[in-house]
Amino acid sequence: MVVAHDFLYQKPSTLQEALNLREQYGKKSSLLAGGTDLLVNIKESRLSPDIVIDIKGVPELSILEKRDNSIFIGSAITFTELIESPLIKNSTPLIVEASHTVASVGVRNRATLVGNICSAVPSLDLGPALLVYKTDVVVESVEGKRVIPMDKWFVGPKKTALLDNEIVLGVLVEIPELKNGTSYMKLGRYSGEDLAQAGVGVVVSENFEYKIAFCAVGPIPKRALKLEEYLNGKEFIGLNDELSQIIQSEISPITDIRSSKEYRRHMVEVMVERGIKLALSRL
Amino acid sequence: MKKIVLTVNGEKRAIYVEPNDVLLDVLRDKLGLKSPKCGCERGDCGACSVLLNGKSVRSCLVFAIEVDGCEIETVEGLSQNGLSVVQEKFIEMNSFQCGFCAPGVIISTTELLRKNSTPTREEIQEALAGNLCRCTGYTPILEAVEKVSHDNKENHNHNINKLYSSSDIGGSDE
Ligand code: FES
Ligand code: FES
Repeated sequence: MVVAHDFLYQKPSTLQEALNLREQYGKKSSLLAGGTDLLVNIKESRLSPDIVIDIKGVPELSILEKRDNSIFIGSAITFTELIESPLIKNSTPLIVEASHTVASVGVRNRATLVGNICSAVPSLDLGPALLVYKTDVVVESVEGKRVIPMDKWFVGPKKTALLDNEIVLGVLVEIPELKNGTSYMKLGRYSGEDLAQAGVGVVVSENFEYKIAFCAVGPIPKRALKLEEYLNGKEFIGLNDELSQIIQSEISPITDIRSSKEYRRHMVEVMVERGIKLALSRL
Repeated sequence: MKKIVLTVNGEKRAIYVEPNDVLLDVLRDKLGLKSPKCGCERGDCGACSVLLNGKSVRSCLVFAIEVDGCEIETVEGLSQNGLSVVQEKFIEMNSFQCGFCAPGVIISTTELLRKNSTPTREEIQEALAGNLCRCTGYTPILEAVEKVSHDNKENHNHNINKLYSSSDIGGSDE
């Protein structure tokens, strides 16, 4: 298919250059990292930028490293790089587990975690993982740097807190202090390409502090704070009526091409139970 | 138009591309490489897979202008000096019917086997999960790769055994 829409292409080699272009073109610019969403959006005319700014030439954005008690994942870091990183595996394994469920190897070789959160689709597989670890999104414009906590990042389906003149430098994921077990449960129709029908991410620490978040069962990925509060300090034995009610009050799924809202509601309870048990067994 | 230089199947090529030229179209129409196929054009089917700096990517989701200075391998390149072991195995086991998905499957399998010459069934399934096939039901494809993995393991064990047995002989001479 020939892409009918014309645009300029720039691949800046410094962050300053990239920020200047972003300032100059604002809304009319699209940032290109892996391109696995951007190309589809341009081909299907959902986006028609005047300029595509390829950020893969900016060295700061290709960094994956430990910074104090956090891990910095630059915007150009692909899912494959995350999956293969011993650093991520040892300190925030939920990111590896969730990354394995994103699309297919051929997509993961190209697609980036930051690109994924910028697309901000409700079914975003990495949403729960980033929410249950304490994560900040670091963004910059010509005016300076800004840090946006993950729970303020998603503002609606496909909408984020990023401004038109800003570029995401990366995310800072805090490494949990206490010993912990994690799990990501994804419900999909088949592995390989499918978007999640529902997703549940869990971190349980050794003192039974629970962090739980959902994707694909509401407009944006979201922490289940009431559920966490109910569970905190207790060993998890299994579901009960009260827990089911709390879970149901945390989610607002819709019916779409992938499944009905009733099915999602039912499955989230099952997934929460399995997810917590799995996370506990990994403690 | 911008001039880009890339290495395609070991050969340096310089071509002119527009920013909105998609790599798949450039490979097929400007470079004459017809093995990458155009299936869905939105990253879902894997028919357009090529190796970009050794990693499988969907060429329908890459702008040609992005690969300036990069190295691309397609099935044409992989079989330059005859069919690869896994290609032979696909033929031997009748793995494909129409064959439309075959180039993509061969690219994904090649990437997997280069990293891990003895993958398990699960690892093979994960590597091929993004290659859709409308004909075969996948079984003969997975079985062929499993057979290659199995053979590699046998060869490996065989070589190790050879090593040990020769040192044994050395030992018994004492
Ligand atoms: S044509 Fe590229 S993935 Fe289907
Ligand atoms: S053999 Fe026909 S699509 Fe796979």
